[in-house]
Amino acid sequence: MVRRILIVAAGLLWASSAFAADYSLLNVSYDPTRELYVDFNKAFAAAYQKETGKSVEIKQSHGGSGSQARAVIDGLQADVVTLALAYDIDAIAAKGLVATDWQKRLPLNASPYTSTIVFLVRKGNPKGIKDWDDLIKPGVAVITPNPKTSGGARWNYLAAWGYAQKKFGSADKAKKFVADLYQNVPVLDTGARGSTVTFVERGVGDVLLAWENEAFLAQREFGKDKFEIVSPPLSILAEPPVAIVDKVADNKGTRGVAEAYLKYWYSKEGQEIAARNSYRPRDPDIAKEYESSFAKVDLFTIDDVFGGWTKAQQEHFSEGGIFDQIYKN
Amino acid sequence: MTIITASDPAHLSHRERSDRVSDPGEGSSSAALPVGNRKTTVGIARSNSRTEPGPVRFVIIVLALTFLTVFVVLPLVVVFAQAFSKGFIAYFAALAEPEAWSAIKLTLLVAAISVGLNLVFGVLAAWAIAKFDFSGKTFLITLIDLPFSVSPVIAGLVFVLLFGAQGYFGPWLQAHNINVLFAVPGIVLVTIFVTFPFVARALIPLMQEQGTQEEEAAISLGASGLQTFFRVTLPNIKWGLLYGVLLCNARAMGEFGAVSVVSGHIRGETNTMPLLVEILYNEYQFVSSFAIASLLAMLALITLVVKTVLERRLDEGQAPSDH
Repeated sequence: MVRRILIVAAGLLWASSAFAADYSLLNVSYDPTRELYVDFNKAFAAAYQKETGKSVEIKQSHGGSGSQARAVIDGLQADVVTLALAYDIDAIAAKGLVATDWQKRLPLNASPYTSTIVFLVRKGNPKGIKDWDDLIKPGVAVITPNPKTSGGARWNYLAAWGYAQKKFGSADKAKKFVADLYQNVPVLDTGARGSTVTFVERGVGDVLLAWENEAFLAQREFGKDKFEIVSPPLSILAEPPVAIVDKVADNKGTRGVAEAYLKYWYSKEGQEIAARNSYRPRDPDIAKEYESSFAKVDLFTIDDVFGGWTKAQQEHFSEGGIFDQIYKN
Repeated sequence: MTIITASDPAHLSHRERSDRVSDPGEGSSSAALPVGNRKTTVGIARSNSRTEPGPVRFVIIVLALTFLTVFVVLPLVVVFAQAFSKGFIAYFAALAEPEAWSAIKLTLLVAAISVGLNLVFGVLAAWAIAKFDFSGKTFLITLIDLPFSVSPVIAGLVFVLLFGAQGYFGPWLQAHNINVLFAVPGIVLVTIFVTFPFVARALIPLMQEQGTQEEEAAISLGASGLQTFFRVTLPNIKWGLLYGVLLCNARAMGEFGAVSVVSGHIRGETNTMPLLVEILYNEYQFVSSFAIASLLAMLALITLVVKTVLERRLDEGQAPSDH
């Protein structure tokens, strides 16, 4: 009996390790990039094989950006991390796994694709939601995840804050605005995908604050006859960054292929894949080509309004920070 | 009347016993193992419990059945309905996906290793506890029960603290290129932890009840310790053992929380079936998600059937020793 189990176990182990490529990369990413990296990995593997003659297999892990960073810190053997926000990679860098100047090693803040925060509403926009102001009206239920655990939720929160600060001109008024907004939030899911499921599947809420790409995906999956995307005139430029995990890549001897992998993002092909998956491309030519796919939105950056991620994180999302103060009551 | 009932210990104990025997749920711990002679206790309990008027009985039965339908039957039906919502071909195509395959293989592998190890451990622990007296016995029993009372997520985090890169053994393991966390060994470790008590818990009451007379007889007839164990003790507990293994296996395959913490969610590598169900659901792949879920549901059904058969065997196997 025991011997038979052992034989079966050995057989399974063998079967699972039978098809080994020349290189194997583990990309630890955040929630909404699943479909994006299915496309990108396939294209990169083909391009790399063509150029070097070596095969490469890319494995993916997806989850909330913060918890993924935590897993890498705890030893998840990621060659590259592609997370929702720079702060999470900073957290990994703080433990010495990534060089602290990681954001300077690749062009454009190491964010090869960008996105923004938009509103997903039900067909016909029954509550007439057009701009951020409409979100704090009484009787409007807003769905957004918990900024403590979700990267996307932090972008949502900062987008609302940035809008209010620009409109009303003071941090106090922005705080009041964001507090009012979270009064309208009936449920805080832990991740962006969880919130999307709450909104589209369970039918909770009038408006979902979502990554633009996530909103497009939900629309593709469930049909334009069910949901509409409303782009506010002003929103935040979300820059999801990418980085090599130096310690792991050096240890596994995959630095070369990992670098090629991330650089491929900046190629025309890479940029096109981003655009096809509803991420805003950085390349001007590709951006022009896909101009009609994305609404014109005035975008402010986190550096402009909040002085960078570290400062924003400290002020708003740390223990006892502004989010804790406004969500308590 | 009340005085008579209260002062009739035999009657009371019968009631208590029959309650225990007829308790259908909670197969997990010691409670489900039948004690005493079932036929008589059940008989007495029935004649006593039928004092309520007909309508009351009717209402209670309807309530119980409704409850059962809403909370057990309906979800089960929904799982299969969703899994087959796009037909048989879509269902089997979903199961044939490499990612689904790898999750199934991983789940079977993890269950095989953890059940195997817990089998050995459980028998040894139950044997030591039931057949010998030593100091610290109560403490040991408490320790064995510990995984039942610890939330699985906490169990997972404990292993992160132990084997994580920032944990106690992590740096040494990394220096030697040994992956425990976010790899198969970590998943096996937490699964062993959460399924730790099942075998021992199923065996201890059974072995205690059987006592040590047969072993003493064997030894007085010249059998060695090992011979006694393999020829006397083990055959006596085989049905109980199978029962424990079955529950252990069901939990090992179904565990979500603890495994989720240490898995790392690497697609096609460290996702077990329960994890994959959640992932696919979040990717709007409902047929695939419920197809995997239906496999887990089938496992539950098979477990239930085998469990019922084993319980019957246990009763029969025990009957002679009662007289």
